[in-house]
Amino acid sequence: MCLAVPGKVVDIQERDGTRMAQVDFGGVVKDVCLAYLPDIEVGDYAVVHVGFALQRLDEESARSTLELFEQLGVLEEEFGDAWGRAAAEAGAVRPVEEAAR
Amino acid sequence: MRYVEEFNNPELARRLLDDIHATVTRPWALMEVCGGQTHSIIRHGIDQLLPEGVELIHGPGCPVCVTPLEMIDKALEIASRPGVVFCSFGDMLRVPGTDRDLFRVKGEGGDVRVVYSPLDALAIARRHPDREVVFFGVGFETTAPANAMAVHEARRLGVRNFSLLVSHVRVPPAIEAIMRSPDCRVQAFLAAGHVCSVMGTAEYPELAERYRVPIVVTGFEPLDILEGIRRTVRQLERGEHRVENAYPRAVQEGGNPAALRMLEEVFTVGDRAWRGIGVIPRSGWRLSDAYRDHDAEHRFSVSGITTRESGLCRSGEVLQGLIKPHECAAFGRECTPRTPLGATMVSSEGACAAYHLYRRLGTETPAPARTTEEATPVG
Amino acid sequence: MADLVDPAPDLSRWSCPLPLRDHPVVVMGHGGGGALSAELVQHLFAPAYGGPEMAALGDSAVLPLGGARIAFSTDSYVVRPLFFPGGSIGDLAVNGTVNDLAMSGAVPAYLSCAFILEEGTELASVGRVAQAVGAAARAAGVAVATGDTKVVDAGHGDGVYLNTAGIGLVPQGVDIRPQRAAPGDVVIVSGPIGLHGVAIMSVREGLEFGAEVESDTAPLAGLVQAMLAVTPQLHALRDPTRGGLAASLNEIAAASGTGVVLDERRVPVPEPVAAACGFLGLDPLYVANEGRLVAFVPREHAEAVLDAMRAHPHGRGAAVVGECVADHPGLVVARTGLGGTRIVDLPLGEQLPRIC
Repeated sequence: MCLAVPGKVVDIQERDGTRMAQVDFGGVVKDVCLAYLPDIEVGDYAVVHVGFALQRLDEESARSTLELFEQLGVLEEEFGDAWGRAAAEAGAVRPVEEAAR
Repeated sequence: MRYVEEFNNPELARRLLDDIHATVTRPWALMEVCGGQTHSIIRHGIDQLLPEGVELIHGPGCPVCVTPLEMIDKALEIASRPGVVFCSFGDMLRVPGTDRDLFRVKGEGGDVRVVYSPLDALAIARRHPDREVVFFGVGFETTAPANAMAVHEARRLGVRNFSLLVSHVRVPPAIEAIMRSPDCRVQAFLAAGHVCSVMGTAEYPELAERYRVPIVVTGFEPLDILEGIRRTVRQLERGEHRVENAYPRAVQEGGNPAALRMLEEVFTVGDRAWRGIGVIPRSGWRLSDAYRDHDAEHRFSVSGITTRESGLCRSGEVLQGLIKPHECAAFGRECTPRTPLGATMVSSEGACAAYHLYRRLGTETPAPARTTEEATPVG
Repeated sequence: MADLVDPAPDLSRWSCPLPLRDHPVVVMGHGGGGALSAELVQHLFAPAYGGPEMAALGDSAVLPLGGARIAFSTDSYVVRPLFFPGGSIGDLAVNGTVNDLAMSGAVPAYLSCAFILEEGTELASVGRVAQAVGAAARAAGVAVATGDTKVVDAGHGDGVYLNTAGIGLVPQGVDIRPQRAAPGDVVIVSGPIGLHGVAIMSVREGLEFGAEVESDTAPLAGLVQAMLAVTPQLHALRDPTRGGLAASLNEIAAASGTGVVLDERRVPVPEPVAAACGFLGLDPLYVANEGRLVAFVPREHAEAVLDAMRAHPHGRGAAVVGECVADHPGLVVARTGLGGTRIVDLPLGEQLPRIC
């Protein structure tokens, strides 16, 4: 379970003694409780679940994950695509292409 | 950057898939623990893109599936009482109790409301001090801090008419129970990323070591799932069994300290029954004694509940990956999405419901995707 | 899970094993536009009424009358709140019935409009709703020809319920029915989906969120006539209201016995709709629209029809989203952005926000 989505903190205010934020999920703004992320600031991204910010979204880490994915292909192109070679020998098609037929 | 679309990128998905195909040399059975991951896998058709023989077993990480029948029946009983406003996440309304569900209670006059957050239920309680407002506090470690905060706030603000019907469960004891099962087929786990956002990863190294099983903390977008699978099969192929964090943008080793403190204050760990599986030691949370006044089980002394689980249903074995849904004799006969006997047939991504749906594709068209490239004549 | 599609026992007769039996009382899902609604019509209303006209199960009935063909439709409106971003219950009541008529190719002419008012409702609110009905009717080019007012006790209604019925003339040579969809047809939607449902959810108690989203409520008869000007050979039309695009596609697939293949990447989903669906756990394909249509058009006419739609104010965002196939009859299969596939099933009842 655990439908949690990232959103950007656009405003912070105290309400009934609790730190609350307006979080923008891409054109949709929702009230979110910040009690569990006392240090988060306007402009930060947070992972939100049922109205609570559960964890700060580490943007740098997100970028490096994506870079890692990018490099997967690059490494393959530089050093040869092992799957492609094996598949060509076996007369197979790539899975994505296969699904696209 | 919204940190959603970027992790749906088809080109990067292809690279991850290529890497997975290049890595895998034999069949592997992986379990994604979390129902949210199962949802994402089905929603994006990820299972069909994996190498032959890489099997995803849909685990028990769905509150719809594992909330025990007795608790559902209690919820139904409390929701039926006059003066009660029964609030719940939408997921739980269709879950069958012994003889009905929350939709039916609502149809019969019960005040059952769907809310987005437990704080919404608390707000309803503050607006209606003359009503007893009960929130159905289901879920895993991800949801527990939210429910804990609602009850903590109720006590702090003196909202006496708010109570919580708690059926919280914890993931690591479930993983352990699955691994201890003599028929266990699971060779590696994709651990639930958002559970770890709260709890951190400290509970997993011991499990990975004891059962010699790779555990990869995995996110929920398609690229996250593929990365979890990629790292898992890589470990399996190399004969490793480590804990890896494939979701570092939302998971830190220590989890969320403020949330952990609140869980410690509000809840007490105890044994908990999982529907279809049975009692798993120390796998649940209940409200601690300090919050007894806000415990719906205490406030509404519900007694005389006789649960009656269908003798035909084998959802527990399905949840543990011991059998495939269609190997259950009731599948597609007594048990269908319209008339579910067990919770795995209830939610659309429950293993049995998903299986049932895909069966309708029939035998002549094993690969519906074949036709789609022609689906683009104009525009 | 590759063996999801292994050879299996024949379960094709699955669709309705135990109609209504598990719900001896009315539940909200019976009005949700999904499987429960359909069963109510098939197993309770149709047998009670008899007659062949119910059999078509389109949005409106097409009936012979005095040498002409009349389209006839009725719909009730119980939306809460009465006023929402982009419209009100009054706009829905006019546009909804106008659109139901338009989906059989008819030119709508006259509406009835009945108000069921809750005791204690501010007359100013009723006045605003009536103004909206009048303005929407003028915009759609129909006349409100007759009406009725009833009042129920306080606590027995949400302020204002509306019922409208409408009639219109079906032009010669036009035969638009769900049953006519056929393999080879191209599936076109008239614009971005999900706006109405998300606009309503954004102001619903317990869910409130801020969104730059307005309901898409609009009359579609003009758009349909513009499409018919290209060719009278449109096979099937639906306005995907409750149950969303998924329900409409399933209804047409089931009625025609064809398979529908949807290319998810081509379905226009506005960013705020995607965002709202993201945090509520909903699927945009199942979210309601009030100013969109989905058309099943023979391949040879598809391009010209698409051009005509894009030239019309209510079809500017039109897009091809899929096609009809002979495979998997009665089933809607979506190709996902990653190249996988999934089955897009008829929703059971209304979609609920989920945490899982």
